[in-house]
Amino acid sequence: MEQLLLLIFLPLVGAIVTAFAGKSAKIVSTVFSVASLVLALVIACNFIPNASTQFEVNLPWIADLGINFHAGIDGISLLVVLLTNLLVPIIILSSYNHEYKNPAAFYALILFMQTGLLLVFTALDAFLFYIGWEAALIPIYFICAIWGGKDRIRINMKFFVYTIAGSLFMLMGIIYLYLQNPAHNFDIQAFYALNLDSAQQGWIFWAFFIAFAIKMPIFPFHTWQPDTYTAAPAQGTMLLSGIMLKMGIYGVIRWLLPIVPAGVHDWGQLVIILSIIGIVYASLIAFTQKDAKRLVAYSSIAHVGLIAAGIFAFNQQGMQGAMVQMLSHGINVVGLFFVLDIIFSRVKTNKIEELGGIAKVAPQLAIAFLIIVLGTVALPGTNGFIGEFLLLMGVYNYGIWAAAIAGLTIIFGAVYMLRMYQNVMLGQTNSLTITFTDIKGTEKLVLYTICALIIVLGVYPKPILHLTEASVQHLLEQVNQKLNTVN
Amino acid sequence: MNIIITISITAFIVLYAGLFKANKALLPLTVVGLLTALGFTFCAWNGNAVHFGMMQTDNFALAFSGICIIGTLLIFLLTQNYFHSKSDNIAEYYTLILFALAGMIMMVSYKNMAMLFVGLEIMSVSLYILAGIRKKDFASNEASLKYFLMGAFSTGFLLFGITLIYGASGSFDLDKIQAYLVNSQAVSPIFYPGVILMMIGLCFKVGAAPFHFWTPDVYEGSPSLITTFMSTVVKTAGFAAFLRLFAGALAPLHDFWVAPLMVIVCLTLFIGNVTALFQKNFKRMLAYSSISHAGYLLFSLIVLTKNSGNNVLVYAAAYTFASIIAFAVLILVKQKTGSDSFDSFNGLAKRNPLVALCLTVAMLSLAGIPLTAGFIGKYLMFLNVMTEYKTLLVAFAILNALVGFYYYFRVIVAIWFKDGAETELSTPVQYKVVLLVSVAITLVLGIYPAIILNLI
Repeated sequence: MEQLLLLIFLPLVGAIVTAFAGKSAKIVSTVFSVASLVLALVIACNFIPNASTQFEVNLPWIADLGINFHAGIDGISLLVVLLTNLLVPIIILSSYNHEYKNPAAFYALILFMQTGLLLVFTALDAFLFYIGWEAALIPIYFICAIWGGKDRIRINMKFFVYTIAGSLFMLMGIIYLYLQNPAHNFDIQAFYALNLDSAQQGWIFWAFFIAFAIKMPIFPFHTWQPDTYTAAPAQGTMLLSGIMLKMGIYGVIRWLLPIVPAGVHDWGQLVIILSIIGIVYASLIAFTQKDAKRLVAYSSIAHVGLIAAGIFAFNQQGMQGAMVQMLSHGINVVGLFFVLDIIFSRVKTNKIEELGGIAKVAPQLAIAFLIIVLGTVALPGTNGFIGEFLLLMGVYNYGIWAAAIAGLTIIFGAVYMLRMYQNVMLGQTNSLTITFTDIKGTEKLVLYTICALIIVLGVYPKPILHLTEASVQHLLEQVNQKLNTVN
Repeated sequence: MNIIITISITAFIVLYAGLFKANKALLPLTVVGLLTALGFTFCAWNGNAVHFGMMQTDNFALAFSGICIIGTLLIFLLTQNYFHSKSDNIAEYYTLILFALAGMIMMVSYKNMAMLFVGLEIMSVSLYILAGIRKKDFASNEASLKYFLMGAFSTGFLLFGITLIYGASGSFDLDKIQAYLVNSQAVSPIFYPGVILMMIGLCFKVGAAPFHFWTPDVYEGSPSLITTFMSTVVKTAGFAAFLRLFAGALAPLHDFWVAPLMVIVCLTLFIGNVTALFQKNFKRMLAYSSISHAGYLLFSLIVLTKNSGNNVLVYAAAYTFASIIAFAVLILVKQKTGSDSFDSFNGLAKRNPLVALCLTVAMLSLAGIPLTAGFIGKYLMFLNVMTEYKTLLVAFAILNALVGFYYYFRVIVAIWFKDGAETELSTPVQYKVVLLVSVAITLVLGIYPAIILNLI
């Protein structure tokens, strides 16, 4: 129990210390984020891979309103907790080649956001979940709007209003469930046990789904995403795409499916159709992008579309695939954005046509970038392959046509990713890239770590699959059982 | 009773101190007086004493008295460096604010409608003068006159309502009126217009739409410190009075007055938020946002539960302390730049990070972001209305809250993301105290609201 509290609040303590650390904020925040990673690994080692919720904490918080500080970790949570605590130090290390103005605030906000994310990923009380949900949003808004690029104020206002609109309706859904719950609390088990008729489930489904769909984002709720990713500082983009996006996916798995299975049953098909439209649509737009950062942003929409389709296909393969792919996508997309950030910090542009021939002057970067791109396009032997393979298998079990179209994501992805790689790294070195220096210091450390993860998880994914298997199985059984009683 | 006596005596002492030109002693005297009054409030807790059948200091009254006194105390601390530049009649300022406070204590603890009227008038007359206390300032005069005319008008409505209710029920006493409503077979037809007239009169006072037209001009024209007082403490007292009547004595007629109230709530939310969106002036934006907050506060009356009073208390506390921060920063910025437009807040984060941080917390609280008191307030209001599954109404309020995010975040954008004049902005010690105390209250109520949830 103490371990979980420590896990959640260590970053918060880190944020407060960092805020007063002044010039040494970079180092202090690195220390705290690495400590959090170690703690997460300790928890993972002590975790018994079965379906139960472990390290549970249940403290009264606002007793009069039935709100408890109730958190715990099962296989599904553990995966995203590991992802979060792995990526935050990577993201902080990736910022070493930047000198942000007011670094204390920058790093403190990252750590504050980490606490919010961990709350979301471990909360077993709907109110706590909501608090974490918003607590993760506020810091990222400030990170993107203070240290972002051109037109950041307008873009981030759109992002903020979009996401908070979704979450307020989710809050309404949560209040509704709370009132339906005879025990008048926000406990997740009590919410699971509610007997709602299918009309109620439909409403609740939409109240929650829109919040999650905006966060992921699923077509047509994605319009904030490319602009926000492009205008955010590199670390902000990594946080948004690597971790924050997983809040939406996790929310669907943890809250949406088990609470309103009939709603999912009724509307799941629509979601799968939207996801597949999103895959094709985002891929086609990615083809035409001139800015590499924007291209990766759109590719992220395509990948998330596949994950969503896999979840809503609702079978063991799809769900397990979503688990693995959450992890892989997080690692790969952070790698991609980091490479683009390295390029941008050297030549001040991410325009594909202005670049070229970097491989000649920076071979180490080229190799790392290649591995990451191959991971992203799901080459067998990389982490991306395992996830996408399972996801497609899940979607195939749902419907062969859905799988056929969703499978395009791999082909499309390979085309635009490799073309981008080709145009940026290969070819003739031009006047801009001739002075390009290869990666060094922390850049090496971060990129090699990411590459190692891509290959190791690709060759030997069993620990991850093993970690989540029991929890996923349990979730599916629970939902199917509930679905049968409703019908 | 002790509370009113203490405050009134303090007011007289301060007036005489002013007569003998003891300007340095004014603030300490006032603070001591108010702290004593606050002490009496604590002592009377759970006493539920009835004073001469006119006032009842139940926990509801005491909790609201407490908030009003603390709010006034904080506003008094903001007087440092404020009056000396504006006028020589400093003692009058102090005295009138104290008298207004005494009126408010009556408004939150009345048991007899005569006391409601007396309290309201003591408060209003003091405020008319305060609004116009800058005798040579055109805007201040306009504010005072507008406020007086509108106030007199609304008092007329209120008085007429009281008369009709008296005519029907034969009493001014809240309990007797309630007993009349519960016991009589057929409520007299003149009772109903009485209820509506009282509602209109009180809506005028709290600035709910469509009776809000005076607020922006009066708030903008009055000296900022008085605006702070009017939009926070006075408003809180007004709502307490509203609640005491409608959630108490008139509760049996809930089905009758809830329909007009719902119209008022929707209008207030909509007009307040949408007009606030288009303001270029910070002070005017706060005036309109105060209208929208009146809408959220009235939410608690749409569905009457045992928690309605407490919900208003939480919301009013959240709103009061956040607004005090906002106005305190406004006064500081205006003293420095001479303007209260949004642009004068540009780059505040560089000029004074502490003040910028406090104002950010205030804006987040007013917008209703979790972990601030404002969120808990809004949450309780939504929860209250959701208990009867009025989902459309909640959805409407949520849409309004979204509009609210937009204009509150404009302030945050200005202070953090825009570049402004690089002049240092210094904060006097007392301002620091007020800001930090208010921020602390806002955050504590946001993170651990359990301390205030069961007060009433």
